[in-house]
Amino acid sequence: MSLIRMSSPHVTRSNTSSGVMQLVILAMIPGILALTLFFGWGTLIQVAICLASGLAFEALALKMRGLPISRYLGDYSATVTALLLAVSIPPSAPLWIGIVGMFVAILFAKQVYGGIGNNPFNPAMVAYALLLVSFPVQMTSWNLPYVLSGSEGWSIPAISESLSLIFAGSSQMMDAYTGATPLDILRNRDGFTTEEMWRSNQTLIEGAAAYHALSAAWFMGGIYLIYKKVFTWHTPVSILVTLGFVSAIAYGVDPSNFVDPFNHLTLGATMLAAFFIATDPVSSATSNRGRIVFGMGIGLLIFIIRTWGNYPDAVAFSVLLMNLAAPMIDHYTQPRSYGHKRARLGPKGE
Amino acid sequence: MSSVALAILVLAILALIFGVILGFAAVRFKVEGDPIVDQIDALLPQTQCGQCGHPGCRPYAEGIAAGEAINKCPPGGQTTIDQLAELLNVDSIPLDSEHGVEDVRKIAYIREDECIGCTKCIQACPVDAILGAAKQMHTVIVDECTGCDLCVEPCPVDCIDMLPVATTTLNWKWPEPPQTNNLIATDRQPRFEENPS
Amino acid sequence: MKVFSFHGGIHPPENKKQSTRASVRTMPIPKSLVIPTQQHLGLAADPVVSVGDKVLKGQIIAEPVGRISASLHAPTSGTVTAIEAQPVPHASGLTAECIVIESDGLDQWIEHQAIDYKGIERSALVNQIRQMGIAGMGGAGFPTDVKLNLGSDHIVTTLIINAAECEPYITADDMLMREHASEILEGIKIIQHLLEPTHTLIGIEDNKPNAIRALNEALAETDIDVDLVVVPTKYPSGGERQLIQLLTGVEVPSGKIPADIGIVVQNVGTAQALHRAINHGEPLIQRIVTVTGEAVEHPGNFWTLIGTPFSELLSAADLKPGAMHRLVMGGPMMGVAAETDSIPVIKTTNCLIAATDSEMPEAPAAQPCIRCGMCEQACPAQLLPQQLYWFAKGKEFEKAKNHNLFDCIECGACAYVCPSSIPLVQFYRFTKSEIRAEELEQRKADHARERFEARQARLEREAIEKAERRKARAAEAAKAQAERKKQSSSETAQDDTAALKTAAAVARTKLKKAEIALKNAQDKGLDGVETLQATVDKLKQAATEAEQALQNSSTTEAVQSTPTKSEPKEAKPDLKALKQQVSIMRTKLKKAEAAEEKDESEIEALKSRLEEASKAHTDADNALIELAQSAGIDLKQLRIDVAMAKVAITKIERAISKSDDETEQEALKTDLESAKSHFAQLESQLKPYE
Ligand code: SF4
Ligand code: SF4
Ligand code: SF4
Ligand code: SF4
Repeated sequence: MSLIRMSSPHVTRSNTSSGVMQLVILAMIPGILALTLFFGWGTLIQVAICLASGLAFEALALKMRGLPISRYLGDYSATVTALLLAVSIPPSAPLWIGIVGMFVAILFAKQVYGGIGNNPFNPAMVAYALLLVSFPVQMTSWNLPYVLSGSEGWSIPAISESLSLIFAGSSQMMDAYTGATPLDILRNRDGFTTEEMWRSNQTLIEGAAAYHALSAAWFMGGIYLIYKKVFTWHTPVSILVTLGFVSAIAYGVDPSNFVDPFNHLTLGATMLAAFFIATDPVSSATSNRGRIVFGMGIGLLIFIIRTWGNYPDAVAFSVLLMNLAAPMIDHYTQPRSYGHKRARLGPKGE
Repeated sequence: MSSVALAILVLAILALIFGVILGFAAVRFKVEGDPIVDQIDALLPQTQCGQCGHPGCRPYAEGIAAGEAINKCPPGGQTTIDQLAELLNVDSIPLDSEHGVEDVRKIAYIREDECIGCTKCIQACPVDAILGAAKQMHTVIVDECTGCDLCVEPCPVDCIDMLPVATTTLNWKWPEPPQTNNLIATDRQPRFEENPS
Repeated sequence: MKVFSFHGGIHPPENKKQSTRASVRTMPIPKSLVIPTQQHLGLAADPVVSVGDKVLKGQIIAEPVGRISASLHAPTSGTVTAIEAQPVPHASGLTAECIVIESDGLDQWIEHQAIDYKGIERSALVNQIRQMGIAGMGGAGFPTDVKLNLGSDHIVTTLIINAAECEPYITADDMLMREHASEILEGIKIIQHLLEPTHTLIGIEDNKPNAIRALNEALAETDIDVDLVVVPTKYPSGGERQLIQLLTGVEVPSGKIPADIGIVVQNVGTAQALHRAINHGEPLIQRIVTVTGEAVEHPGNFWTLIGTPFSELLSAADLKPGAMHRLVMGGPMMGVAAETDSIPVIKTTNCLIAATDSEMPEAPAAQPCIRCGMCEQACPAQLLPQQLYWFAKGKEFEKAKNHNLFDCIECGACAYVCPSSIPLVQFYRFTKSEIRAEELEQRKADHARERFEARQARLEREAIEKAERRKARAAEAAKAQAERKKQSSSETAQDDTAALKTAAAVARTKLKKAEIALKNAQDKGLDGVETLQATVDKLKQAATEAEQALQNSSTTEAVQSTPTKSEPKEAKPDLKALKQQVSIMRTKLKKAEAAEEKDESEIEALKSRLEEASKAHTDADNALIELAQSAGIDLKQLRIDVAMAKVAITKIERAISKSDDETEQEALKTDLESAKSHFAQLESQLKPYE
């Protein structure tokens, strides 16, 4: 009889890291579909580019490190990173943007630190921030939601058109498609008040609804993940509440110069950040209290950077900055262990 | 002119005040650290075997404090060397095999029916771990024996065995779980087998 | 009754239904029973039977040693066939000392009777519990008498009876409550009598409605002040500290025991065993064991004698051949996997799970920790399991300790939820045992240092004393010299004799040394044997001369001062020398045999020499024995007695060093004194003949 001897416990919940990641991928589908619907086939093409290059880079890194490729690719973490980057870059960005992005995300932001579980920053956001700083033109060229583009109604340009845009990447062609995002418009008002902008700007009048719908799609996916216990409510809720609260105060004080809370939450990438980026377990705080602090930090930073910063959206920088603070947050939010009077804090043994 | 004098005066007074504060602090918060020899001695295994070339651990601790190499103690092995390196803030080095090699912990057993009661082992034992009187058989107190080997040589009838400490349910240790993932610098070895199942 | 809650916890599949369908069956008496002498922390019990002894059911077979130890009893009548190392229920899979009893099938009880516990002294009652071998039947098997005999510094306010049985699969307590609720209550009464708590709570999970009903019915029938508290089902609510938190809302401070905050927790099984022991006089020799898992056809609960091998239990539950892949003693969360089914049931064995491969599949290879924090959400001790895991993996033991590793109850909740399938609990166990070993090592080292230093000091002192004595002697000698000058010449002669004696002794020693050197040289076939031989010859001559001179002078003096030496005194040096010679010879022979290049003849020669020497030794010894006999003393017996006395002293000394109880040490010390004096007396008797 060959009985095995091992340490308890002898049963485990049938959840796995890869299972968690698969759920995340599933939950991203509505958002990706919404993006495709409003911004054209470009999103799907970017997804394909990022996936292919991301997995290739991951496999390369694993091979160099002498790790079993199939097992580590099977954890789907590279897939999630690729999807996150794909939905963050403009749908019409040229081919190399996605490839360079994945190169940075997988090799520099992740594998150099020791692979899954060891990266201090969210890889997709590192890549996004680097691309944004290095290639501001390509990275800010969002086309207008297609609900606007034709007066005859809904029409997405043919897939061939998107393909040629991305692979051939002529800038004139691009110009024809691009416009500022709603948040951009609301910030660079040229002396007008926000209300005036809402009344005058075509993008805002007709495009806002598309952005709202997109946010709703991300929100749905996020709720599904909380329901599935992939992550707890702490981070997203604290981001949303903090951002809403701070922007509400600002809006209440000076409605003509500040964006209202609802649009803060729904016009940009707030929902994507709250549910899919900030909840990345590896680079966020670990305890529930820590996650609340972490989320509050992100919410506050999003508001500050959006209002006074220079970049169209603030999500990437906010998340990265808070990633930086995560170890410290963890240190100061340690739970009080059973049977101890106080949480174990301070330099004892550190 | 008077302003210069005033400045000098103020500075002098300040210097005096801070000097007093510093002096007071130095006395008040003086750290009563263990002398370094004691700290080193506390790390050595206290087997007192003399393999390091000193008549006991304390002399070797004194030797280390005076600059001797830290890798001469086989009973302590790499663990002790690492601890010493950390204490003294020097690089860890492998054990100097000239002084012996790391071995499992052993304990002396006297085959009592062969013991002739010569007391030679008693004289050799650095920790008085052997019981017995002249012409009586001798016994090792297992809990006291450090396994230093010093009693084996003097025995005229070779009745002392150094036996490894047996693993029982009382001193058994949980094995370390297999390490599955590793950090960058060291992980190029193909240490991974795909899970067959 | 307010129920509090504790942090974390998990809800693993319960799998309890399978084993509660049938009522508790009674196992037939197995042919042979194996009773490990150590069934809990503390010291192993000391066997008081020997191989070949007939024992009756309930007869004590091993007595407790020290405070934390429980006695053992024969589970049935039969013969002790062995006291030997056998596999025991332990995570290490090692063997340990066991008493093996071959049953005679008669199951004949030893005489036993109930005790009126209200009518006897507390200490007598506690002692009775100790004699009955009652130990905790839920967890670590801690001897119950210790828990019930708290010093006067502990005032117990709350007695908690643990009926939570939170681990999946296990239903032993559940079935016990369903079928013997009133016996449990009787046991609780005994505990209440001893501890006098202000209130008593029974904590039970809400997944045992039948047991709750049975308890309520029994409660209605008896007059007992107990509150039954139903707690929600959540693992590990049955953990001692978690149950305390659930029922009282207080936490046991880290490093303390519940008794420090006035709480004592006892298991239902223990309460029932107490009732059997006190009200019926039956020691703890059986318990209910759940046998379950997909690999058995008919899972259920069994009244099982302590010492029954697992294999018997498994076949009683109809083990499907070939289906068992893992055998777990205890529950799936904290149980221990067994490597063989020949391991016996002990007092703490509450469950056996014969699991199939699909039921408890081998854990997948661990993936890296993704810091998801799920473990932290689940940890009932509110630790940071992922942090502890990093420290354990990096062998940063100090940090792990500072992160309260030792507050981990090894419940396994963290490993259960970990999506990366990291064997977290094993990491903690590994780290804990490393830290414990390190601490032990450190204590040992400190102890060795102390002893070394003490010895060093002693040697120094002795050296000084010696030097002083020498000085004093020299001074005396000088004085004597001066005096002697005035004395008569006859005394000068005496002086000469002394000088001659020394000269002869010196010559003899020199000769011996030279001879040894020569022998060595010959043995090893070294060069220079001839010169050595010459030296020895010369020395021999010198020695003989010296001896001669001494002889001469002493014969002249004989009239004056020859003391009449008694025979035994003369025999003494001879015997010793002979014995040594025999031993040395034996060693040499062995060495020679080991070193194979020695030729046969030499070995033969050595052998014959050894024989001669041993013969001489035996002859001398026999002479001595005869001599002693003439004096009316059995020398052999005397020698054995002396040896026994010495062993007794060592044993007591060891016991002293092991025990940490003051009063016990005192008692042992007086024992030691008397043993020593006995030894001295025997030795003085033996003295003249050695
Ligand atoms: S070699 Fe022996 S004597 Fe020297 S320090 Fe090590 S244990 Fe002590
Ligand atoms: S008994 Fe022998 S091995 Fe043990 S400490 Fe004494 S001399 Fe060393
Ligand atoms: S549950 Fe596992 S993967 Fe998640 S933080 Fe804990 S140890 Fe890491
Ligand atoms: S095994 Fe230890 S660390 Fe893990 S959940 Fe239980 S108490 Fe917490």
